[in-house]
Amino acid sequence: MAMATETTTGRHREPGTRGSHKVFLGMAPGVGKTYAMLEEGHELQRDGVDVAIGVLETHGRVETARRAEGLEQIPRRAVTYRGVELEEMDLPGVLRRAPAVCLIDELAHTNAPGVEHAKRYADVADVLAAGIDVVSTMNVQHLESLNDLVAELAGVRVRETVPDRVLAHADEVVLVDITPGELLARLREGRVYPAERIDTALNNFFTIENLVALREVALRQVAESVGAQRIAYAGAVGTREESLPAIQAVGDRLLALVEPNPQAQRLVRRAWRSAARLSADLDVLWVRSSRDMSQEDERGLAALRQLASLLGAELHVIDSDDIEHAVVEFVAERGSTYVLLGRPRPATGLRRLRQSLPVRLMRRLDGVDLRIVADRAQRPEREW
Amino acid sequence: MVIGAILCILAGVLLGLAAGWWLPPHGRRPTLVHRGGARRILLPFSGESVSRRALDAALRLAVAEDATLMPAYLAAVPLTLPLDAPLPARAETVLPLMEAIEQRAARRDVPVDSRISRGRTSRDALSRLLDSEPVDRVVVPAGSGADAGFTPEDVAWLLAKAPAEVVVLRPGPADHEVVTGGAVRGHF
Repeated sequence: MAMATETTTGRHREPGTRGSHKVFLGMAPGVGKTYAMLEEGHELQRDGVDVAIGVLETHGRVETARRAEGLEQIPRRAVTYRGVELEEMDLPGVLRRAPAVCLIDELAHTNAPGVEHAKRYADVADVLAAGIDVVSTMNVQHLESLNDLVAELAGVRVRETVPDRVLAHADEVVLVDITPGELLARLREGRVYPAERIDTALNNFFTIENLVALREVALRQVAESVGAQRIAYAGAVGTREESLPAIQAVGDRLLALVEPNPQAQRLVRRAWRSAARLSADLDVLWVRSSRDMSQEDERGLAALRQLASLLGAELHVIDSDDIEHAVVEFVAERGSTYVLLGRPRPATGLRRLRQSLPVRLMRRLDGVDLRIVADRAQRPEREW
Repeated sequence: MVIGAILCILAGVLLGLAAGWWLPPHGRRPTLVHRGGARRILLPFSGESVSRRALDAALRLAVAEDATLMPAYLAAVPLTLPLDAPLPARAETVLPLMEAIEQRAARRDVPVDSRISRGRTSRDALSRLLDSEPVDRVVVPAGSGADAGFTPEDVAWLLAKAPAEVVVLRPGPADHEVVTGGAVRGHF
């Protein structure tokens, strides 16, 4: 198992400061998130930090239960719902006990009705607000924005979701990663589910294709979190010299401004080539006016989507009749450093009184390079 | 009489000025984005090259019929990847090839409207393309499948499936001549 081992130390904190949140993220059940969380707890305890388990979901896994030994567990509380007695994390109990670090398993869990919050991640928010550091766990398919994607990839839709902001606001996200083959081996050995559930699991969710796809999603998610943290760090540090390396790591971001016509394909190819040379990301943008889309437009847009997805570029469509304003806002939002656009069509009538789009953009996009890609039809080609 | 003539001349001048103001430079209204418009000739390919004979034949047809050439890359996406997954390694070879085709077409003044279609196999990708795009002709070279050509099974399937005329080029001695991304001229 490959995992990060950096620990959250019991830092000195002013009263009233929010606790820090570390999340162990996995591609699927059984990769070892809870185990990693408990390891972290032991390590902190060895360093003299006051650690307690807020809630632990062992799912009957012996190894996990054994690893929890030696760590204090705050007792759960019983909640009766429709005549059934359920056990939930005792949020008031955790807040009363107030350890320096609290281990809280399964962020996506839905609480029984009648307790303070419907979801466990909301409990965690209260614990953090009380200045307690939290170490927690979740699987990538529970992330709200990835729910549709994971359902499409794996054919399984999870009902318990966690808003993206929970992960975005986490101080650390650590990927607990093993290969799909290793996870399947664990499953067959009965280390993930009890024997009677193994066959069902293997025939449904735990296929090699699903796990490969989920692993990719999890890796990408953590990569994005790391990127976002680096940008946030660069913004937080004081001097320009300190922030420079992070800004350089982010680098250029290109924007190809297109319309869904055949010329757009060439513009996107050019933009992609430039982006590859600069090791930059590429966005493709169409500002769609309020006029109806023709069939030709729809086909052109579909073709652009195919091209953008092959390249790994993002195609954005913004509805606006003010193309200049829409582009300026988009550039500011995405941090584009380079805008490529086609040659503007000749103006007619009163539009001649207005400056062309490239000129208007040039005036409004300070510090952004503009490049006009020539129309091949206007250029004489040599015999070859 | 003289006043009437002067008024007519003035009216003509004003009309000319108005027309000059209204029309775009070069004295013509903006033309359609591409000249061919109605007729479209599909040239599907799935490898890192396209048969030169097939490309030339498609271009000849496009010139004769005032049609748009639609070169289409058929991307077979492995089952381990989502159908819309980025394929950067293939983009490295396909995009220059698209550019090379477009340059060759531009030399003959043939408008080009490129496509990329994805599927689990090349045939699946072509099927999806034919379902979504109206075309008038499909030009394919016959071959073994190992080269840039279509296998006899693919050709039979295409004849049954394509809602368009299918032009199948017989295998010929010049079949080894292909156009690749390396043929791109100038700045790209």
